[in-house]
Amino acid sequence: MQGLVPTATDGNMATEFHNLQELRHSASLANKVFIQRDYTEGTTCKFQTKFPSELESRIERTLFEDTVKTLNNYYAEAEKIGGQSYLEGCLACATAYLIFLCMETRYEKVLKKIAKYIQEQNEKIYAPRGLLITDPIERGMRVIEISIYEDRGSSGSSSGSSSVSGSTAR
Amino acid sequence: MSQLQRAALDQQPGQYDQICTRSSSCSSPGPAEGAEPSSCPGHRSRAPRRKWQVFPGRNRFYCDGRIMMARQTGVFYLTLVLILLTSGLFFTFDCPFLAANLTPAIPAVGGVLFLFVMVMLFRASFSDPGVLPRATPDEAADLERQIDSAGCSRPPPRTREVLVHGQTVKLKYCFTCRIFRPPRASHCSLCDNCVERFDHHCPWVGNCVGRRNYRFFYLFILSLSFLTIFIFAFVITHVILRSNRTGFLSALKDSPASVLEVVVCFFSVWSIVGLSGFHTYLISSNQTTNEDIKGSWSTKRGKDNYNPYSYGNVLTNCCAALCGPLPPSLIDRRGLIRSDTPQAATNGTGSSCAPTQLHSHMCDQDQCIQSTKFVLQAAATPLLHSDPVVLAPLPGKTATLGGPCAYLAPSQPSLPSCGGDVMALRDAAADSHCHHRLHHHHHHHHHHHHHHHFVSPEETPCTTPQGALPCPAHLHLHSPVPSPATLYDPAAQDALHEDSVRGLVKLSSV
Repeated sequence: MQGLVPTATDGNMATEFHNLQELRHSASLANKVFIQRDYTEGTTCKFQTKFPSELESRIERTLFEDTVKTLNNYYAEAEKIGGQSYLEGCLACATAYLIFLCMETRYEKVLKKIAKYIQEQNEKIYAPRGLLITDPIERGMRVIEISIYEDRGSSGSSSGSSSVSGSTAR
Repeated sequence: MSQLQRAALDQQPGQYDQICTRSSSCSSPGPAEGAEPSSCPGHRSRAPRRKWQVFPGRNRFYCDGRIMMARQTGVFYLTLVLILLTSGLFFTFDCPFLAANLTPAIPAVGGVLFLFVMVMLFRASFSDPGVLPRATPDEAADLERQIDSAGCSRPPPRTREVLVHGQTVKLKYCFTCRIFRPPRASHCSLCDNCVERFDHHCPWVGNCVGRRNYRFFYLFILSLSFLTIFIFAFVITHVILRSNRTGFLSALKDSPASVLEVVVCFFSVWSIVGLSGFHTYLISSNQTTNEDIKGSWSTKRGKDNYNPYSYGNVLTNCCAALCGPLPPSLIDRRGLIRSDTPQAATNGTGSSCAPTQLHSHMCDQDQCIQSTKFVLQAAATPLLHSDPVVLAPLPGKTATLGGPCAYLAPSQPSLPSCGGDVMALRDAAADSHCHHRLHHHHHHHHHHHHHHHFVSPEETPCTTPQGALPCPAHLHLHSPVPSPATLYDPAAQDALHEDSVRGLVKLSSV
């Protein structure tokens, strides 16, 4: 991750700081796509697997769908109501929920797994394509936020096009 | 357009390496990577702030954000006083008699019940009820765009319809939180938050009751109704037992506290038992108070109206509500704020120092050359400061000296000048060292020679381990080289940082 400290762009970086105007412009480069929740199966956390058109030029549909499906499976695992959750719930209730002071809930365990998974996916698949997934927990589990980054070198043309495509796609 | 994008991608595929994949942890390793915290004094001095301090809702936080309550807590204290008072009187005035004359199990059971009630009350009052964090500006803008393009931007129909288990549910747009409220969520006007699976705002517990604390609330009222009945029953037993011995009036005179307890219990037991009965019904049908009052799923609304969240089975509904998985808090209220500024500082450090890296590389290479120059100079000029101690080649020292200095060490007597140089560095900024070396090395050299005169022989070897540091340390010290004057200006640095982060990767923006 330390690789993100710009090494290749050292030269233009230094000049870029001084131009605030330019910075504002380049800040708008990053477009964001939000994958909304899917409520068809109740209020358990599940995200739509519909492929957003903004990502068409960036990533293969299957890769994206795999990621979302895996995330959905993780959330389903976390919110599954069954023997294990009943056991945990009853045990916790019997100890007046004081047991959670020294034990983490299953949900928390799964959330850690999810954070790891997202990190891994970002490193392997998304970052090389200029994309970045934000862990839904950081967005109130409402959305999966996917940031789209543009090269600064080609900022002028491509940023314009992406934001246009973002708004017209809907 | 996509071709352009693709072209852009193809041109510089390596560029994306800069994207930070660890959005949350991104901010912390930034400065760490700068090795020296002192290299960026601007943002280090500021005390880190936590998210609860800037929480937009009308809540109160205690214990550095661990406890979260509604703004109005007066009634909560009344609840607390009533429970503590009644139980306290029961345990001090009734229990000794009951334990002695009936069984010691009474105070034990009462104690357990009381503790359970208190823990549940505190859990219900002090925890996050399931507040939904407000939308980030980007998310809100995205929703706004969707609403606009859907053509329903006129004020009333800001709703969205979703199908939940075959039942159409309207999601309303929340203008405060700038989100479409998820099903079952509602905005609490008192706390000014959208709360998941909002049940009601309970002034008695001083908090909203929602997805995360509903079970605590329910267990609180259930156990409290048991406790009230328990106390009520045994206070009456106590009075009856006493009046059997001494007569009713003297029994009341002997234990006046019992009268107060009976009165409090008598008036509270109906409401508490009624409330727990009502919530038991709600739990068994998997409804919220909110939905029940509105009659969302009542068949009066339509023949085929049904509750889509119910599991269809009373037992499963109860288990799901009480023993289901405990969802996490979505507002990371104890988390440190990664607002623009600190983040800016972080990324700014990385980026603004990037040129430094180059410089430091140059430094490193040049150091050899320059050190050689030093040496040559020292050799050429009649040694003005020919201190024998200084000039004596120290074998121990040469071993410890790192970096370019070490190369020269064995052969040249002026090696100590390197050590002296290094000594001075500890006082001056390490980076200006590099700078000086690059630009003013002649002058510097002499200066340091002078300086070195005052270094005692005992001191010199001591400085070498530290002295070995600065040369290679330049690789890690990511502080801006160019102008030492601006170097220590925190404001200027922050401005730089702030700007750079906006322009840069724009990672993990809030």
